[in-house]
Amino acid sequence: MEYFLDEQQKMIKEIARNITEERIKPVRAELDEKEEFPREIIKEIAQADLFRVFIPEEYEGFGAKCLDACLAIEELSRGCCGVSICYAAVMLGTLPIILFGSDEMKQKYLPQIASGERLVAFGLTESGAGSDAGAMKTLAKLDGDSYIINGTKQFISNGGDAEIYSIIALTNPAKGVRGASAFVVEKDTPGFTFGKKEKKMGIRCSSTCELVYHNCKVPKENLIGKEGAGFIATLKTLDGSRPGVAAQGVGLGQGALEEAVAYARQRVQFGQAVSSFQAVQHMLADMATQVEAARLLLYACARTIDAGATNYTEDGAMAKLFATDMAMKVTTDAVQVFGGVGYTRDYPVEKMMRDAKILQIYEGTNQILRNDIISHVYKRKAMRP
Amino acid sequence: MSIHIDAEKCTGCGSCEPVCPFGAIEVVDDVAQIKDNCNVCGACQDACDFDAIVIERPAEEDAGDDNSQGVWVFAEQRNGQIKGVVYELLNKGRELADAVNTELCAVCLGHNVEGVEQLGKYGADKVYLFDDPMLAQFEDDIYTQCMVDLIRERKPRMMITGATALGRAFIPRVAAIIETGLTADCTGLDIDKETGLLLQTRPTFGGNIMATIVCRTKRPQMSTVRPHVFKKGTPEPGRKAEIIRMILDGKPTDSRVKLLEFIEDVTEKIKVEDADIIVSGGRGLGKPENFKVVEELAEQLGAAVGASRAAVDEGWIPYSHQVGQTGKTVCPKLYIACGISGAVQHLAGMQTSDTIVAINEDPNAPIFEVATYGIVGDIFEIVPMLTAKIKESRG
Amino acid sequence: MNIVVCIKQVPSTTEVKINSETNTLVREGVESIINPFDTYAIEEGVRLKERFGGKVTILTMGPPQADIALKECIEVGADEGILVSDRAFAGSDTLATSYVLSKAIEKIGDYDLVISGKQTMDGDTGQVGPGIAQRLGIPFVAYVSRVDDISDGKMKAERMIDEGHEVVEAPVPCVMSVSKEINVPRLPSLRGKMKAKSAQLTVWSAQDLGIEDNKVGLAGSPTFVMQIFSPKRERQSEMLEGSSAEQVSALCDKLSEMKVV
Repeated sequence: MEYFLDEQQKMIKEIARNITEERIKPVRAELDEKEEFPREIIKEIAQADLFRVFIPEEYEGFGAKCLDACLAIEELSRGCCGVSICYAAVMLGTLPIILFGSDEMKQKYLPQIASGERLVAFGLTESGAGSDAGAMKTLAKLDGDSYIINGTKQFISNGGDAEIYSIIALTNPAKGVRGASAFVVEKDTPGFTFGKKEKKMGIRCSSTCELVYHNCKVPKENLIGKEGAGFIATLKTLDGSRPGVAAQGVGLGQGALEEAVAYARQRVQFGQAVSSFQAVQHMLADMATQVEAARLLLYACARTIDAGATNYTEDGAMAKLFATDMAMKVTTDAVQVFGGVGYTRDYPVEKMMRDAKILQIYEGTNQILRNDIISHVYKRKAMRP
Repeated sequence: MSIHIDAEKCTGCGSCEPVCPFGAIEVVDDVAQIKDNCNVCGACQDACDFDAIVIERPAEEDAGDDNSQGVWVFAEQRNGQIKGVVYELLNKGRELADAVNTELCAVCLGHNVEGVEQLGKYGADKVYLFDDPMLAQFEDDIYTQCMVDLIRERKPRMMITGATALGRAFIPRVAAIIETGLTADCTGLDIDKETGLLLQTRPTFGGNIMATIVCRTKRPQMSTVRPHVFKKGTPEPGRKAEIIRMILDGKPTDSRVKLLEFIEDVTEKIKVEDADIIVSGGRGLGKPENFKVVEELAEQLGAAVGASRAAVDEGWIPYSHQVGQTGKTVCPKLYIACGISGAVQHLAGMQTSDTIVAINEDPNAPIFEVATYGIVGDIFEIVPMLTAKIKESRG
Repeated sequence: MNIVVCIKQVPSTTEVKINSETNTLVREGVESIINPFDTYAIEEGVRLKERFGGKVTILTMGPPQADIALKECIEVGADEGILVSDRAFAGSDTLATSYVLSKAIEKIGDYDLVISGKQTMDGDTGQVGPGIAQRLGIPFVAYVSRVDDISDGKMKAERMIDEGHEVVEAPVPCVMSVSKEINVPRLPSLRGKMKAKSAQLTVWSAQDLGIEDNKVGLAGSPTFVMQIFSPKRERQSEMLEGSSAEQVSALCDKLSEMKVV
């Protein structure tokens, strides 16, 4: 398939692929085993300018094109989704600032994020508010020139390791989700601490942590956009980041496919390479086709966004749904192609299968996304041409 | 000297292409063509079945015509002790000097160096000795000037130096001033019977090929040789060398590079380059913790621990343990390779060991081609078993 | 601070293999790469520039295609690339090469530090660095594993010797060769790639450098490759047979014959 990437996109792909081959693959098993944040690799990603990819040009970035960012995430995910989520979570946390932040706020934060000097996290989920984001309890109360924040955010990627947090809190609880607002809270702000660090099934080198706010005082200018705009900011942020999760799925599927093909070629049973058995061939053919289909859907979606589409909730939801379900299936099949050793930690596909599961869950479970998709389908008077 | 293709004879068969170590010959439109990076080494000429490759060499210069005399060995010392490699070079130097009927001289720079008379016992006819407090430690400007002046004055025909860190940094400067040829890391030195030239053989391309290099027109013909490539000779107790004391008159008294501090390497218990027995581990060990099985066997044998480049590149063990073309050349009495496949670059550093034992899972591993004894099997089963057995036999 | 880093484009030797049947080199698909030891020199140059300011100029001698290597250096942070290329240089040995490079460095003129890798992967000699230093009349520090400081016209650095490490002080300008321990070379960045794409490289010929013909190429190279051949394997191998225990026991017998055990 020829995707007609432009020069910059080819460069981004090559740079990210280099990092995967040289820095991620050699250590991914160890990072997974030790559940260790990949600080050195993140430094390399920063040094290679990949954090600049999703930042607008006027803030020392490279244009903030969705496809550019997706290519970087895809290539990093080919190596390890644990590493790629550390990168993608920075994009997720930065989106509210890019979409709704004031120029002063952008001037202050975006160049630091572009250089990779400071990492970002996005704080939405709470223990009682997962898919039902409207059930959140974290409050932000205006007090003079500051907001006082109280509450606990859960399952926050890059929690503890990021320096900048974009979080959603209620400024007017009476109005429900319409009373939610977005804030920037910097690490080391008094009253802001980290709670439980999760022990996860997959993406184990990434940190997933509670954010605890106890009378945490942040200056008024840390409000992103207007009071009450937090819910819209959330929806737009997730719309913007879902192609990134789809890219994780495509990269992960691609990585698993490559491992399975390579192993099938060298594994000999009944006197011949297992790649010569039709049963295996058909599995690999299906895997390759599914990876390519997901990639097409993702790139088409990203290009739609880059072309200036204003409403792309459905496109992103479809890409994320399809690519992550694909990743789950392809990684499971990759383990099957490997047979017994695929179930052990001596080979990477076992980890890939564990990593795949979260993609179907975070940034909108695939069930919620199906709801979104069908509501768009029903709303249309006619089917798309 | 020039090389060209006789287009009439060339059939475009292409048998010359793969033998060129420099990729400098290519068949274009059914005729071989020589590219810019050709070194005129002649490999293609030997491979051509049609005599289509013509190399014109200038008339050979007879090395006997020049007025240079003597084979010199640089007697490197550290802290007043002459290095082991010097005795190895004297042994080889004696052989070379005898082949061209000349004298063997050692050149020693230092202060209160012990055992200078030993140089005679190991074959030197003369020792040029610079003894001065300023030379106690390696001072590159002073060392360089002393050596250059001495070479200009006495005109040696050949000079061999150990390819130690010091030798490799200092001798190329001498060669650059004298404007003569220098061949690094030779593994073989010989005299061409017809011309009397020094044939300097060395591995190149990471040990994949060997090249024999000569220096036709300039003197001295200079080579560096890694420690442990040649064997040390047996001393002749009564043999004496004439010791010629040199003075530092008119030489620079100061070196621009100043030594501030020396930090000894303490990570190695026994240095691989000095050990009689080496137990080495490679990629087959799988992870750093598994070096334990190698270390345990080494401890039982009183051996040094070596490693292949693969293991060092993985970061399992420091570089100082690396054996091979880009690591250390070793020549122990016994070399035990555990889980080392035997890449040429590794073999280049250890294949002259007296006895080589290879333990590897893969029966087709190239290490077995150089092994005296080979065991095909699981290193994690065999090696601990061997350790236990040796322990038992030693009570 | 103006830093000149000397590099060489070499065949990727790990891929140069011997055809065991014909005993010849298999070169198909062997790509040209930057000499791996030089990547540490490039990285150190860029890091010193980041520490002390200035610029990094990459210098290489080679065929016109070596410009790719120079662009790769710009991708990882170098500022400029100079290719010294001339048919007259073909067949140059280390003595002639160090002459050519030193002439090029003299033409660059304003330099504080010259860095090279410890040796090349194809030739493995490590002689060009010291040769350049001698021609330029400046000191040479070999196998540097750490640069502590460069100030007041002096460089303080740690170098590797056979017995360990030495901390030395050398006046700048000087030439240093770096060991693998000195750093981990970075991977290309997006800004680097964009800069490399539009970079204008300088190309100098023998004439540009005022090179004397008899000092370069085959005429200026005292050493001459007379013959090449594959390494010989002469050892008689004995494969030990039987169960693991039997093999170990047989080996112990052999070792005790040798009086090792």
